[in-house]
Amino acid sequence: MSSLSEKDRPIVQLLLSTGTCPRCILRFCCVGSQMLYRHPHKDLMKDLQEFLRNSQEKEDTVCLDVVDPPCKRIRLEHGEEGADDLNHNGAIPSAGDGNSATESSAVKVCNVCLGILQEFCEADFVKKVCQKVNSADYQFTSFVFSVSLPPQLSVRESLFEVSVVFAHPETDEECHFLATACPDCFKPAKNKQSVFTRMAVIKALEKIKEEDFLKYFPCPPSSPKNLCDALEIQCNNGAVFVAGRYNKYSRNLPQTPWIIDGERKLESSVEELISEHLMAEFKADSFNFSSSGREDVDVRTLGNGRPFAIELVNPRRIRFTAEEMRRLQQAINDSSDKIQVRDLQLVTREAIGRMKEGEEEKTKTYSALIWTDKAIQREDIAFLDDIKELKLDQKTPLRVLHRRPLAVRCRLIHTMKSEYIDEHHFRLHLKTQAGTYIKEFVHGDFGRTKPNIGSLLNRTADILELDVESVDVDWPPTLAD
Amino acid sequence: MAEGAAGPGGAERYFTRWYKPDVKGRPCEDFCVLQHSNRICVITLAEAHPLLQSGKTIKNINYQISANCSRLQNKVSGKSKRDIFIRWRGIHHLQVRFFPFFSYLNIPHTSTESEHFCSCIRGRLIEVNENILSNPALLQEKPSTEGYIAVVLPKFEESKSITQGLLTQKEYEEVLLKRRSSAS
Repeated sequence: MSSLSEKDRPIVQLLLSTGTCPRCILRFCCVGSQMLYRHPHKDLMKDLQEFLRNSQEKEDTVCLDVVDPPCKRIRLEHGEEGADDLNHNGAIPSAGDGNSATESSAVKVCNVCLGILQEFCEADFVKKVCQKVNSADYQFTSFVFSVSLPPQLSVRESLFEVSVVFAHPETDEECHFLATACPDCFKPAKNKQSVFTRMAVIKALEKIKEEDFLKYFPCPPSSPKNLCDALEIQCNNGAVFVAGRYNKYSRNLPQTPWIIDGERKLESSVEELISEHLMAEFKADSFNFSSSGREDVDVRTLGNGRPFAIELVNPRRIRFTAEEMRRLQQAINDSSDKIQVRDLQLVTREAIGRMKEGEEEKTKTYSALIWTDKAIQREDIAFLDDIKELKLDQKTPLRVLHRRPLAVRCRLIHTMKSEYIDEHHFRLHLKTQAGTYIKEFVHGDFGRTKPNIGSLLNRTADILELDVESVDVDWPPTLAD
Repeated sequence: MAEGAAGPGGAERYFTRWYKPDVKGRPCEDFCVLQHSNRICVITLAEAHPLLQSGKTIKNINYQISANCSRLQNKVSGKSKRDIFIRWRGIHHLQVRFFPFFSYLNIPHTSTESEHFCSCIRGRLIEVNENILSNPALLQEKPSTEGYIAVVLPKFEESKSITQGLLTQKEYEEVLLKRRSSAS
């Protein structure tokens, strides 16, 4: 907290004469009291002008107190001083006569804040912002109010943010001289946006020498003709995360929408069936779906299901009770027999890391229905049960070689259990390392997965059906129903 | 369960078979191109190829790229801690538009014979089958599966047109019929 005192007089005098607004003047005088800034800027202007007209003796009593409304105190001290004091102080304000009341009707746009601390800090504009926030109908607890001066920036996470974006086209070019003075501060941006970002300009201003600066830019700055434009008022909420586990009972359902050349090849997808209800309830702009690995279109996911996490972007609603989440889970489960979800819950951002960890490090168990060309008897497949930690060398399967690089993967089949069906069929249960291609282990993929069931049985083998029996990740936490 | 042209053998299920007979004008040197629905093509010998007829034993197979390059340059770079990535560098260098690769085969009979193989289609070489280098007999034992020659990926724009110069299974069978009747 500080007070406007004698030492501030020349500053106030100079700034008023060059077209700086009252709030900026107070800033330059290091006035820290928030209360003072809340007064309408026109009143502040009057008070500053009165301050200037104050006699020398009375100055020391001008004190800005946080507790008492300071302006009132100034007014109390004001006498009816004449124009003599102007001369006495040696100031030469072009704002001529002593009657400040008529002066304020022709308010000049501040040459420092471009009007942001003038009109845009007044009740009317604040009301406008509040109206916008209310009509956007968000649920939030705490918020960030950010103001972006040209050049502007946006988006911050985790809190509700109201951003007001300002632009002042009249003075846009003013910082361009910095590019000639400090060229290394301004790197060309990839997209078309201006090179003159706030960060770059600040950096350049720190670097440039005062003499050089004065060469290019007048001090004090010139008065602009126009106010700043408030380009937009935006609301943005931080993302929320919902996790759970899904079962897949269809052999005709892709994980993500399958669209080629704008044409949908298969109806729906796992992520759409789960997300559409969440999107509706959370009223989000968009979602990002991730899971602990994925299965093919024709593979079922049984057992406890596969962990998944959905990021809901810019949700309007963020608070849900456990009961509401249960109902949401039930709604998803009632809407489709192709998938079912469980353990649906709100989680934090760490969910995404958990998904990756589950995909790359955790074991999975499968059940495969296998066909062989030459006949088999029970004893022909019994030995599979005794094989532990079978090492496979798997080249990138042909079916994904168009989009993945050629590589050799070493993977382990931890255990196997066979179930004889008939001379040409048996079921095999396997527990494998993460990232093992099961289908290729069965049919061999032109000999590019070695060993494979065909080579182990000395026959040609094919996989008729595959099910995921379990994904061995203990996250997200199981919920008691 | 779905049957591919090769029968219910798993790996071949999603492939369409195309044929190129008399490659490079050499009689009966027929090749087969197995085209996957994802555009990947596997080059193999077709059943009528002389090497698949009885009496010939393959001694060894190696890949020569050009007169200057006698060794297969196979760059192995490990990006991930678990997976090893493979790129066939030397052959890449030859590839401009039409990609030829050569294989010298020494076949003992009365004298040693050798043959060149050419790729029947244009595209990026993804892989040469190392298994037939270490085990040449595989080429004759399982020419349509484990004994494949190479994997080629045509350019996206050319993936449909690439098979225009090739024969379908039916058309190839007619060619075989014609050969037999003209031979008799």
